[in-house]
Amino acid sequence: MEMNEYLDVFIEESKEHIQSLNDQLLLLEKEPDNLDIVSEIFRSAHTLKGMSATMGFQDLADLTHKMENVLDAVRNQQLTLTPGIIDIVFNAVDALEAMVLDIIDGGEGKKDVSDLIKQLEAIETGESVGETKSDHVATNSNKPTINVNQELDQFELAVLQQSQEKGFKNFQITVQLQETCLLKAARVYMVFEILEQIGEVIKSTPTVTELEDENFEFDFSVILVAQDTSEAIQQKVMKVSEIEQVQVNELQLDNQSITETDAVVEETPTKVKEEATAKKESSKSQLTSKTIRVNIERLDALMNLFEELVIDRGRLEQISSSLRDNELQETVEHMSRISGDLQNIILNMRMVPIDQVFNRFPRMVRQLAKDLDKKIDLQIYGADTELDRTVIDEIGDPLVHLIRNALDHGIETPDIRTQKGKPEEGILKLNAYHSGNHVFIEISDNGAGIDRDKVVNKAIENGVITQEQGQTYTDNQVYQLILESGFSTADKISDISGRGVGLDVVKNTIESLGGTITIDSTFNEGSTFLIQLPLTLSIISVMLTEVQDEKYAIPLSSIIETAIVHKKDIMRAHNKQVIDFRGKVVPLVSLQHVFDIPGEPNDEEYYSVVIIRQGDKMAGLIVDSFIGQHEVVLKSLGNYLTDIFAISGATILGDGQVALIVDTNALIK
Amino acid sequence: MAEVTTEYLKSIVFQLNDEEYAMPVDLVGSIERMMHITRIPGAAPFVKGVLNLRGVVTPIIDLRKRFGFESVDYSESTRTIIIHHNNMDVGLIVDAAYDVIDIPKDRLEPAPEIVGSVSIEYIDGVAKHDDRLLILLNIDKVLADEALASKTAFQDKQV
Repeated sequence: MEMNEYLDVFIEESKEHIQSLNDQLLLLEKEPDNLDIVSEIFRSAHTLKGMSATMGFQDLADLTHKMENVLDAVRNQQLTLTPGIIDIVFNAVDALEAMVLDIIDGGEGKKDVSDLIKQLEAIETGESVGETKSDHVATNSNKPTINVNQELDQFELAVLQQSQEKGFKNFQITVQLQETCLLKAARVYMVFEILEQIGEVIKSTPTVTELEDENFEFDFSVILVAQDTSEAIQQKVMKVSEIEQVQVNELQLDNQSITETDAVVEETPTKVKEEATAKKESSKSQLTSKTIRVNIERLDALMNLFEELVIDRGRLEQISSSLRDNELQETVEHMSRISGDLQNIILNMRMVPIDQVFNRFPRMVRQLAKDLDKKIDLQIYGADTELDRTVIDEIGDPLVHLIRNALDHGIETPDIRTQKGKPEEGILKLNAYHSGNHVFIEISDNGAGIDRDKVVNKAIENGVITQEQGQTYTDNQVYQLILESGFSTADKISDISGRGVGLDVVKNTIESLGGTITIDSTFNEGSTFLIQLPLTLSIISVMLTEVQDEKYAIPLSSIIETAIVHKKDIMRAHNKQVIDFRGKVVPLVSLQHVFDIPGEPNDEEYYSVVIIRQGDKMAGLIVDSFIGQHEVVLKSLGNYLTDIFAISGATILGDGQVALIVDTNALIK
Repeated sequence: MAEVTTEYLKSIVFQLNDEEYAMPVDLVGSIERMMHITRIPGAAPFVKGVLNLRGVVTPIIDLRKRFGFESVDYSESTRTIIIHHNNMDVGLIVDAAYDVIDIPKDRLEPAPEIVGSVSIEYIDGVAKHDDRLLILLNIDKVLADEALASKTAFQDKQV
């Protein structure tokens, strides 16, 4: 069978299942008695096992199978959960993830899992009797039945056993449909109809719901309890048209000592559970039918085409306003509105909830907390906040750095916390929210906070600042220092963080995304890292300004407001021009001077000033005139021109000319 | 080898400061008339700026400036040759662009010490072709940016 086309689906779904395993295990760790969670985990593991067996990833299937056995024992209350068991299951999930990653990279998903399997087996045998036996069955022969037995859980086994005792026969029936078969579900239905007349269907692989959804290839197998002979069954099933082949094997079970009472008592709840599962799955499939998976490259292509359209839109707007033709103007206006809506939709399509990044943190924090011997309560808010996919792809690593940093340097060990009179458990809060055209991500802890003196001393020692600067710097300026390269104040270097390489990388990544990072901290009470990111990277709103004959675009996101300033309101301080702007002293920067723009300096009474901001610092950019607000497509200057000071990129204006986009951050520093 | 057929170097010939230059045609993406060029503040002096080449922002080098010739006003014949080299799109402003000719490879000679007025480091060689003396440019050297790193010169203007 052609498997490649299913591989993508397999990978996607395995990732989802592994994620859900991780999530649920974390929940379970908090409520070890909650059997619903165990069932949920069991279901994920079971599906994963089925999928990987179908795809031929044997190691993956083996490991999930063993995991499933342990979970099943827990579910049936034959085994009590201990932190040790959860740890081993976590390790197993890690191994599963590693295998899936290998498959993604084109590998075969092979990994030596014998250790883990042994550990899982030890749990099973050590504390559960029933489970060992089903295992025993699985290994006792090399008959074709071996696979089926592996798939059977205890209750099914018990039922089979019972029926065998009562003189019924158990069959494993494998039905293969013709590859030309169009209505697979209909054929399946007919087969089941016949089987149910003959006897009782105990189990089917894939599940009945999957079969109904045509969620299988061309073959499926069922376990049937009946009195007929295998030949008779085969003939009856073959009557259904479009069936390629029917294989009927009689199942022989070892005489096992699963007591009748056990089976009778527990049979009913399983059935109920299975129904519940079926219901859940069907509601799930309804939900998913409303979305489609689109290759991200197509979305990128769509975005690129749309960018071209935005440039032409600008051009049309300009042409229509110069022609002053009413009809043309109306049409162009209408088109602009529609393309504006289109832009929103396209941008929205590329939006992904930040949960994709956040969801790996609970696991990571748990592990780190263990490694560091700290008690941490991770709180996540706003995981559904959406961000452009390009930003999502980039933001993961910086966040990992910051979280590691917070755990390692921020939150103290339990005994120190007790000494300080704080609760033993430290809180690490992740919060994401939208505000204006930005997304904010907050990482705060209630740990030690930043020791100002320590940072200042270290900075002076490293030659980052001078003694005098150290005294005059505001707290915020001092905190920003820890984002500089080669800066680590950790008393001892651990392998989690503290090599002084992390935070400057964080800062650079965030700035390259057009974002900023600020730090707020109170000594001994905790610190907050606030990351501000643009919603999208490719189309931005700018204020177009003119200086002499040149046009410069200033990103709207960094503009506070524009102002007309009278010459006499300009003061001088430290040989620099400043103005009093709403009670604050704001330095003025002449774009003509910064960019060496040829021409006589403007000699008018009034200056046009754009007030820009970065963090809590402000500056006023003097321009000749404001042209207006535009939506523009951000273009890079290419590989040849790199490191142009205070220019972050270029854009193409409506008249086809190139305008440069000012990097306001560089002007404020 | 029995076959002594000459290999040819297909080249574009262009004029700069009354001399004729050649460069391999497979480098050339297109030849454009002059368009509006946006100056890039702080770039090397010979970088004229960037222009919009069908939606791609393309940097433009003024070859006259690059070789230290005296600047002249652009005329009807001034052209921008867009080349694609090392994953970079760059335009070169020349006085005029002419034809594509095949230069037999055996006619190529190493550059003599004194040829034309271009400093020898930018030259790969010369070729005599029908009474014309063609100077072969070394594009790598022309694009090399010993002066592009003008960032430092600019930093003192920060606030």
